[in-house]
Amino acid sequence: MSAGMQFGFLDEYAKREIRRASLKAVAIPGYQVPYSSREMPMGRGFGTGGLQLTLSLIGPGEMLKVIDQGSDDSVNAVNLRAFIEMTCPGIETTTSTVEAELIQSRHRIPERPLREDQFLVLQVPYPDPLVIVESSEEKRKMLHGEADYSRLLVKLYEDIVKFNEITISHRYPTRIADHYVIDPSPIPRWDVPKLDQSPALVLLGAGREKKIYAVPPYTKAEPIAFEDVPFRVEDFYDQKGQRRACARCGCRNSFLDEYVDSTTGELVYRCSDSDWCDEQLLIGDAPEAAHG
Amino acid sequence: MISDSPILRVRDYTKHFELYEQGKRIPSAQSVDLDVFVGRLTALTGATGAGKSTVLKGIYRTYLPTAGRLLYRDRHGREIDLACADEHRVLALRRTEIGFVTQFLRCLPRQATENVVAQPLIQRGVDWHDALDKARELLTAMDLPERLWGISPATFSGGEKQRVNLARGLIAKPRLLLLDEPTASLDPATAERVIELLTTLKREGVGMLAVFHQPYLVERLAEHLVELPSPSWNERPLEEIA
Amino acid sequence: MDKVLSVEALSKRYGKGCQHCFALTGPAFDTNICPECGSVVAAHEVSFDLHQGEILGIMGESGSGKSTAVKCLYFDQIPTGGRAVFNDQGESFSLFELNAAQQRRLASRCFGMVYQNPHLGLNFDISAGGNIAERLLMARVDNYADIRRRATSLLERTEVMSERMDELPRNFSGGMQQRVQIAKALAINPPLLLLDEVTTGLDLSVQAAILDLILEIQQQSRTSMIVVTHDLGVIRLLADRTLVMKHGRVVETGLTDQILEDPQHAYTQRLVASAL
Repeated sequence: MSAGMQFGFLDEYAKREIRRASLKAVAIPGYQVPYSSREMPMGRGFGTGGLQLTLSLIGPGEMLKVIDQGSDDSVNAVNLRAFIEMTCPGIETTTSTVEAELIQSRHRIPERPLREDQFLVLQVPYPDPLVIVESSEEKRKMLHGEADYSRLLVKLYEDIVKFNEITISHRYPTRIADHYVIDPSPIPRWDVPKLDQSPALVLLGAGREKKIYAVPPYTKAEPIAFEDVPFRVEDFYDQKGQRRACARCGCRNSFLDEYVDSTTGELVYRCSDSDWCDEQLLIGDAPEAAHG
Repeated sequence: MISDSPILRVRDYTKHFELYEQGKRIPSAQSVDLDVFVGRLTALTGATGAGKSTVLKGIYRTYLPTAGRLLYRDRHGREIDLACADEHRVLALRRTEIGFVTQFLRCLPRQATENVVAQPLIQRGVDWHDALDKARELLTAMDLPERLWGISPATFSGGEKQRVNLARGLIAKPRLLLLDEPTASLDPATAERVIELLTTLKREGVGMLAVFHQPYLVERLAEHLVELPSPSWNERPLEEIA
Repeated sequence: MDKVLSVEALSKRYGKGCQHCFALTGPAFDTNICPECGSVVAAHEVSFDLHQGEILGIMGESGSGKSTAVKCLYFDQIPTGGRAVFNDQGESFSLFELNAAQQRRLASRCFGMVYQNPHLGLNFDISAGGNIAERLLMARVDNYADIRRRATSLLERTEVMSERMDELPRNFSGGMQQRVQIAKALAINPPLLLLDEVTTGLDLSVQAAILDLILEIQQQSRTSMIVVTHDLGVIRLLADRTLVMKHGRVVETGLTDQILEDPQHAYTQRLVASAL
């Protein structure tokens, strides 16, 4: 390590604070722990919350994977990975979910089920699910404290009234350990069930909003819904009622991204998780269902 | 015999009205004594201004007495001084034992006549349908045209209102019934029906205290007469308060 | 036994207060502002009981403290003194000794409040049905069809056309907003309903309809109510007993017909005389 350059960019004091906040977040599942988010050499909103968690938690010899919208190659993922490699000499990086020990992600949770020895760090733009129904933070804290999420449920009620279904596609409010409702970051509904009883620790960091919260391993994570209008994940059915398959690997049980083929103008569906897609190609056959 | 012990004993009842704004005291009833018995009617007579209505309202606690005792024996045989009984006690008695039929009907503008009449029974916990049946029965007895039952009595004529009022006052068969000129605006035929009804109620044991404007009603219905002295005992009804 | 609420010496003072506040304010001084320190004595030692199924009227002009009293009971304001004990199904709650969270829980479970201003009682950004849903959701009813059904029947009961239940209350008339507010307040079948000038500012015919509705609710559900109003007509139609307030003090209390026909206090006499 060159003189003057801290391992992990942050000073030890900052890292310790983030670790402490993370421990508290684990101790109070779903509770948004405030911390003094540091200035990072990139704009807030580019994953600085997740980055600070990663930098505080990773150590030499550990294996890191950084993904953005399921892809290891997007600009954001590449830049974050490069920055972490530069400031954390001695760590290793991978694109493989299986190999990774710490996974920093934006908008997706890998399709491959995570293990107990893995960490997932999610980048969060808006940590508080109540912000859409209550503008005062003081009142939001009160509502969280009393687990009063009736106004959030009213939003769902209004959704069903207007559209006959719950239309929330991302950031689906999810109740952790029967108390705090979290914004699980902009993951699709598809990924929400992966939080429930996850063997891996999930840490969520919001840089701009200065909050860290967690879904500890083997903790109940329940998307809020009505008894008779249950939570549903995306179904990816075509007009004939057939489950769409990835155009590249043929997988029929992964979260699909929709593209427009630039030559034919047709809609094309592909696995959003690029590592998963690669793996399916190697196996050749469609694997065991990631979901159910 | 039980009917010989009064259900209401008024002793030395006096009521003055204090008008603070004008600094005046207006005497209304002075040292009234009377008894009301089970199954009998006591008629209050006396000149205008003698305080007949004041006595009725005093018993009903619409007026707070200035002096005296208003001793009511309830269905459990307990004696209650209405002059100073707890408000909730008075409300409970109004609901279950003491009825008051006045010349005026006060009700909400949207309530159907039959509901207005059935209300005292419903308040006592009688089933809605049974109460309505009873109300219709009474309205029939009062000769109120059936087409009026479903609309509010607010727009009725004086005589029609009075019939509604009577039906409402009689429906719950109170133990003590106070009547303030209940037939004042009724035609002779309807008045005759009211007399029949009151006679039946008396036979069923209702004790009554009534003010009638027509002497023949007193003759036909009253067992006891109490004449209040004319207000001549005070030539100047308005008196400066010291 | 059937006492729902018992309020003892409820007081509310705004301002720093001084030793003269109570001695130099009140009906006798024709003010509720302390001449020494400028504090406002909004309510001073207000006491009353409310029995099961009873409608208690609190009557007074603006500034009499009548609204302050119910706002303290609904925890909208913090009293400076006094006690209030609420009884529900064998449980007793000393209202002002509860912490804020307990107060909110109790209010959401046991109290219904209808404000003069529908903005205070309704969320104008969500539908009429959504407003009722919120109250039910707070009471942990989590079945959508159930909520829908209950909201529909509540709105029907308060005579809001159920085909309008998915519209925003901002598009409703004042009377209709008040009906939605009443439906919302009734959603959890509260044993205690507080009504603060609910008909003020409405057209007379609408007023009558709302009063009718309130009375009907009382007769059907035996809900105990406190009705705050400056309107003698409202008191006459609704209240069994009435408390008359002026400058933060209770000047007189009694059966409503007695208050109206044989008022004992000079102020009440003036009030009644000017209204009849």
